[in-house]
Parts: sequence; C-alpha cells; structure tokens
Amino acid sequence: MLRILSIALLLAIWWTAALFVGGAKLPSPPVVLHVIIAEAASGALFLHLGATLARVALAFALAMSAGSAIGYLMGRVTLADRLGDPWLILLLNLPALVVIVLAYIWAGLTEAAAIAAIAINKLPTAVVTLREGTRALDRSLDEMASVFAMPRWRAFRHVVLPQLAPYIAASARSGLSLVWKIVLVAELLGRPNGVGFEIGVAFQLFDTPRLLAYSLTFAAVVLVIETALVQPFEARATRWRPRAA
Amino acid sequence: MRLEVDITGKTYRSAAGGPHQVLAPIKFAIQSGEVGVLVGPSGCGKSTMLRIILGLDRDFDGHVARPPEARIGMVFQEPRLLPWRSVEQNVRLAAPDVTDGKLSELFRILELEAHRSHFPGELSLGLARRVALARAFAVEPDLLVLDEPLASLDDALAGRLRDEIATLVASRPVMTLLVTHSLEDAIRLGDRLFFLSPRPARIVQEMPIAIPRAKRNEVELARIRTEIRAELAALELETK
Repeated sequence: MLRILSIALLLAIWWTAALFVGGAKLPSPPVVLHVIIAEAASGALFLHLGATLARVALAFALAMSAGSAIGYLMGRVTLADRLGDPWLILLLNLPALVVIVLAYIWAGLTEAAAIAAIAINKLPTAVVTLREGTRALDRSLDEMASVFAMPRWRAFRHVVLPQLAPYIAASARSGLSLVWKIVLVAELLGRPNGVGFEIGVAFQLFDTPRLLAYSLTFAAVVLVIETALVQPFEARATRWRPRAA
Repeated sequence: MRLEVDITGKTYRSAAGGPHQVLAPIKFAIQSGEVGVLVGPSGCGKSTMLRIILGLDRDFDGHVARPPEARIGMVFQEPRLLPWRSVEQNVRLAAPDVTDGKLSELFRILELEAHRSHFPGELSLGLARRVALARAFAVEPDLLVLDEPLASLDDALAGRLRDEIATLVASRPVMTLLVTHSLEDAIRLGDRLFFLSPRPARIVQEMPIAIPRAKRNEVELARIRTEIRAELAALELETK
C-alpha cells in the first residue's frame, strides 16, 4: 500500500513539473504512456526490451557463475587469493566504459563482445562478495562434516551452500542493478537494437517522450524481476532463521 | 577394533611467538565395547586431544591408530547442528543409511519425536544436545566420541541423558571415548577412567572399574566414588 502511495507521489511530482516546464523537455505522463502504447503496438518495444533482457540474462549468468566460483576459490585457497587479488583490484577499478570500448575494438561490434564486456564489469563484485562469504564460513561445521565423513558434494550442498546463500543473494541483487546500467551503455555504443540503442536514437533526435517511454518500461521490468525472482529466492534461503514475532 | 593413542606431544606457537606445550606424552588404548573416560580440569587440552584422535588436527608428535574403516559418531561440546536443516535432515545427512525404524526408535528414546521437523534455532540447548546424540548414534559408529555432552544441562536432564547414553552404548559394540569433568558421568558410564593433569595434559592416573555398567547400583557407586576421591586426594587432584 505504502509502495503504491510512494509511486503515486512520484507521478504527481512529475506531472506537476511537466505542467511548469512543459513541451518537449519534460512531457507529461499521458504523453509518455501514449508513446509506450504506440511502440508496443508496433512491436518495437518488445523487440528492444527482449534484446536487452537476453543480454542481461546471459551476462548476469556468466558473471555470477564465474564470479562465485572464483570468489569461493579465493576464499578457500590462500595462494589463489594472493595471486588473484591484484587482478581483482584492477578489474574493480576499471571503468565500465573502458572495458566496453576495448571489447568492441578487440572483438568487433559483436554480440559476444557486448556480453563479455558486461560480464567482466560485474565479475569482480561477485568475486569480492563470495570471497567474503567463503571467509565467513563456519569452520566448526566443516569439522562436523569431516568427522561424519560426509561426501564432498553433500557437504558442499548442505553445509557450505546454505551459508553462502545470503551472499549470493546480495551479489545477485547488486549485480542485477549494475548489469542493467552497463548493458545500456554497451548497446548505445555498438549494438543495432536494445533499449540502449533506442535511447541513443532518442538522444540524437532530442525525443524526450521516447526516451522516457523506453527507460520507464525497462525500469518496470526490473522491478518485476526483483520482486518476482530475487526477493523470493532471498526469502527461501533464509527461511530457517527464526523470525521475530 | 581397537583405538590406540600414543601422542608424544603437541605444541602451539602462541601469538607472542613462543612455543606453548598443550599436551605432554599421552598413551592409552580402548577396545570395542569399552567406554574410556577422560577426566580433567577445564582447559587442560582435552579438546585438542580429541581433535587429534578424530584426525582434524594432524600437526602433532606421535601416532594414533584408528581402524581406517571405523565409522565415527561425534557429539561436540556445542551441538554443531546445521541451522538451515530440520532435526530429521540433520540426522539423515550425517547418517544416510539409517532406516526409518531405527530413526524412529532413536527419536523415541531421546524424546525428539515432536521435534522432527523443527529447525535447530527453535530448540533449547538440551534438545539440541539430544539431536546431536541422535545424529552420533544414527551412524551406528564404531568409534563414539562424546565431548562433554552433558555440560550445562540441569542435573535431572543430565541424569536422564546419561542413562540414555548407557542404553545406547550397550546396544552395540562400540569404542566409546567420553570427555567430562564430572566424576558422576565418569563412574556411571566409564569402564576405564583416565585422569588428566592441568595443561600440558598427561595421564596422572588410570583406574579401571571392574563391575559392569549395568550392575553398578547406588551402593557400589558410592564405594567407587569414595575410592576414587581417596586416590585423587593422594594425588592432590580435585574433581567435582
């Protein structure tokens, strides 16, 4: 209820501001809605949204799986941590734009280059979070698993993974928001479709209604994914915790 | 089966840099069907010794001969349950071969039937300790190690759990190693008692109890208690 109220307030502020500024610079909500409907009717909206979402899904999956594996390794093995740490710091501080531009120069304006560039941007934060999670693992439970001679996989699944779940959830959440932002830049610079491409076009034409139409639809999709996927996963991963009454 | 422990020493390097001796030479052995009890003051190095015997700590001098195929059941000082798995899952994960019948019987003996699907966070310490006992017994161990399993429980509950441990130990041939600082646990459960010195721990006295566990009545126990107290007094060791 409060959420709806807060969204309504945002809309009200926007509408009022649009009345004052007016015209092409800040269109009112109905104007933007009209563009959204028109783009949806022509199918262009779904095409671009779909392209962007596919890139997000691929890059996110790639970065999360590789990042988690590397983070776990660095948390467990001191040698891996020592060797990997300088690379990690370098990657963490490398601006997204540099990675994207370099990827396009080296691999051409291809889909693979775009997805790899987005994944590389997300990778180091996943590594850092999972490394922290791995370092925080409870050694006494490892000992328990070892005394009871639990096979490796069973111990990983039932002893280690549940302890990492909150870190994976945190990394997924921050990772999604990072990937959303970067994917648009990658599309703007070197892809012929996607929300980022459309925003680039809108920028060249100073077409604010179109710009808002695409970015708001995209934001709505993000909101749905967050509530429908990330939050339920988090709730499930922490369901064993005694809840405050 | 037989567990032979022959530790010649264990030294830590302390944070200040100096070596720090935790265990002096310790040598003892226990057989299948026997309950060995290690009694010693807090902080004397009992837990370190257990970690060595269990193979969790390999950095020591000496030798521990444990049959490689021996299944181990362990009750740690803290229950060490998986908080994200239910009581039943906790037991089954450690003992995947346990049959439904055997599990039900264990839960009945330890009065855990009502808590099968509870998470450890919802249990009291006494209940959590019983789950840890159920887990250790469910694996049908050849070597059962109990590290102060009854500490910080009230006397009535400790007494009942002690009887339950005795029942379970009697139900199958198992080498049992019990660590405690309670003389009561020692004389009611033990076949052979090893009294340890303060750190660095060594065995100052080994006392077998000849009467089988099941036949020790209160009169016998009182006699054993007095006898042991006298011997310990002679050694200037105190126990509760």
